[in-house]
Amino acid sequence: MPAPVVTDFDAGLVAAIPGPAWLRDSRLSAWEHFSSAGLPSASEEIWRYSRVDDLELGRYRPPAPGSTPSRDLESLPPGLMELVAAAGERATVLVVHNGATGRVSRPQEGLAVQTPGEGLFGADGELRLPLQGPPPDVFSTLNAALCEAPWRVSVPGGARVAGPLVVVHWLEGDGLAAFPRLEVELGPQASLDVVEVMASGDEAMLVVPVTRLALGAGARLRYGQLQLLGPGAWQLANQVSRLSRDASLLSMSVALGGDYARVRTGSVLDGPGGESELLAAYFGTGHQMHDLRTIQHHSAPRSRSALLFKGAVAGTAHSVYSGLIRVEKGAKGTNAFQTNRNLVLSDGAQADSVPNLEIEDNDVKCSHASAVGPIDESQLFYLESRGVPTGTAKRLITLGFMDEVLEKFPVAAMVPWLRRELAGRLAAAGLPEPGSGVGEGS
Amino acid sequence: MSELVVEGLRAGVAGLEILRGVDLEVRSGEVHAVMGPNGSGKSTLSHVIAGRPGYEVTGGSVRLDGVELLGRPAWERARAGLFLALQYPIEVPGVTMVQALGESLRAAGRDPGEVGALIASEASAVGLDEAFLSRPLNVDLSGGERKRNEIVQMGVLGPRIAVLDEIDSGLDVDALRAVSRRVAEMAAHGGVGVLAITHYQRLLSELPVTRVHVLQAGRVVQTGGPELAFELERTGYAAYGAEGAA
Repeated sequence: MPAPVVTDFDAGLVAAIPGPAWLRDSRLSAWEHFSSAGLPSASEEIWRYSRVDDLELGRYRPPAPGSTPSRDLESLPPGLMELVAAAGERATVLVVHNGATGRVSRPQEGLAVQTPGEGLFGADGELRLPLQGPPPDVFSTLNAALCEAPWRVSVPGGARVAGPLVVVHWLEGDGLAAFPRLEVELGPQASLDVVEVMASGDEAMLVVPVTRLALGAGARLRYGQLQLLGPGAWQLANQVSRLSRDASLLSMSVALGGDYARVRTGSVLDGPGGESELLAAYFGTGHQMHDLRTIQHHSAPRSRSALLFKGAVAGTAHSVYSGLIRVEKGAKGTNAFQTNRNLVLSDGAQADSVPNLEIEDNDVKCSHASAVGPIDESQLFYLESRGVPTGTAKRLITLGFMDEVLEKFPVAAMVPWLRRELAGRLAAAGLPEPGSGVGEGS
Repeated sequence: MSELVVEGLRAGVAGLEILRGVDLEVRSGEVHAVMGPNGSGKSTLSHVIAGRPGYEVTGGSVRLDGVELLGRPAWERARAGLFLALQYPIEVPGVTMVQALGESLRAAGRDPGEVGALIASEASAVGLDEAFLSRPLNVDLSGGERKRNEIVQMGVLGPRIAVLDEIDSGLDVDALRAVSRRVAEMAAHGGVGVLAITHYQRLLSELPVTRVHVLQAGRVVQTGGPELAFELERTGYAAYGAEGAA
């Protein structure tokens, strides 16, 4: 059943969202921040190339406060159930409906999953994980104002959670505006794998997710986000991570769905010896646009970050990658790498790649590389000369290109599902699946 | 009985004519060597026959069992029974031989499920470690391993006509022997017609040939029996007016 929506998208709505007093106060405070800031425009560098000027907030409505029913995993589409099942028996599963109501099943030992997470909010309305600095953009603030159920996941120091946590955000309702929020905090030396899935039907909707990852000293987190939103969805997502001393993060974003889908990924390394590996794989076709912005922020010595974002565009799809490596003075011995590679699979498709470095210390090792181009003609000829039809060869090469990222997905058992999903989407874009013979003679 | 007939083939790159009317005929079970100095058009000949993009074909024909190959995409030529072993096999990141040949068999109406066993058997025939086979195509393989890898693929696909472009370059003696033996077997027992393009007579001491053609400045200037190769070894290409001939 579609969730009911309300018509007032204002302070009255914010005040009507249920929760403890501190949460309601902080929502109102965030709403004030949002109201005074207003929406950004594509003339700002960080929104350059984006579709933000096309955003009409008034077309969307948040769910009526307190009215969203929870959903069982079993009520979701079969493909999603298969994906979750691939995570195995030891997975803790949290299904969040429209960013408002969630249900946890099979919680593993050492893992606390709760909403609302008390004590998370600061006076400015921003959730107060140990993350420094202002909120990354105004949509993060809007999320803080309108998130009905911020989910908090924590692992105490020294605990290693055996199975992964799989969070499925199911979003439905024509004109829905949803504000999912997930906060993950690992104590010192703790360890956890998290997969966060965004999925919806075909309705027009606006999804504004925020994910925050805080790693204590020596903690190890592997996080994968999988965006499978429907063709009518707009997404404006923020992911932020902060690494304490010697912490280690692998963060991957797989973006396949949505009409316009933006993800801003920020990783702050403010403890010595921290290591971030940031990965993304994205594929768009039709009118889709994937918009990825990254910042690798080094403020402590001997920290390391390695970024590899790989994408492909078909049809008239567009992708944007814009990344910044920022090294503060004093962050000596920083190693920071940034690579963005794009395959352009059709004449009407476009990929933009804009790498940047901002380095204030001399004793660092940083590099960036970017590439945008069609499938390599020699590779295509090589496969064709073995008798592989052109379209099939292009699909194999594209899958092989993406596999460098996909094979590192935090839950290895989910990788075959991801490969099948990508192959299916390539097929739908005109690169045939095995045996289909679409568009090719025989 | 299959035959590859090349007639009056003219082709070039960026307005520069490289092949100036090549005539050749190769039938099932025959092994032909095309020899010539650097720049004589040997690699261009193999690429144009196989349909590699980047060449302008300005005249002539290439027919396999009466089917015109020119103008067709490379995969249709392979489907018609042609195989090309490249001088420099291309790395294809993330794509394994099992995937690629499986798709080729499927496109040809064969069972892709048999590809693993076929590859294993062909690999042992040329002494290639099976560990290489699960790697992405040609990635992190030495020059010699890549050449053996090409012959493995030839064995799996079972072409009617195989063009081998400098299959001997970069091979040590043992590898050259293993590769030559497998090619000779496929010609003698599998009925494959082979066009082996090479700069050196060395290959021919391991691979028994039916005919030898000398390619010079884009034309076949002499054709003869195996003895022609040994004569070339002695005299070099100078007799054909090659500049800087070996």
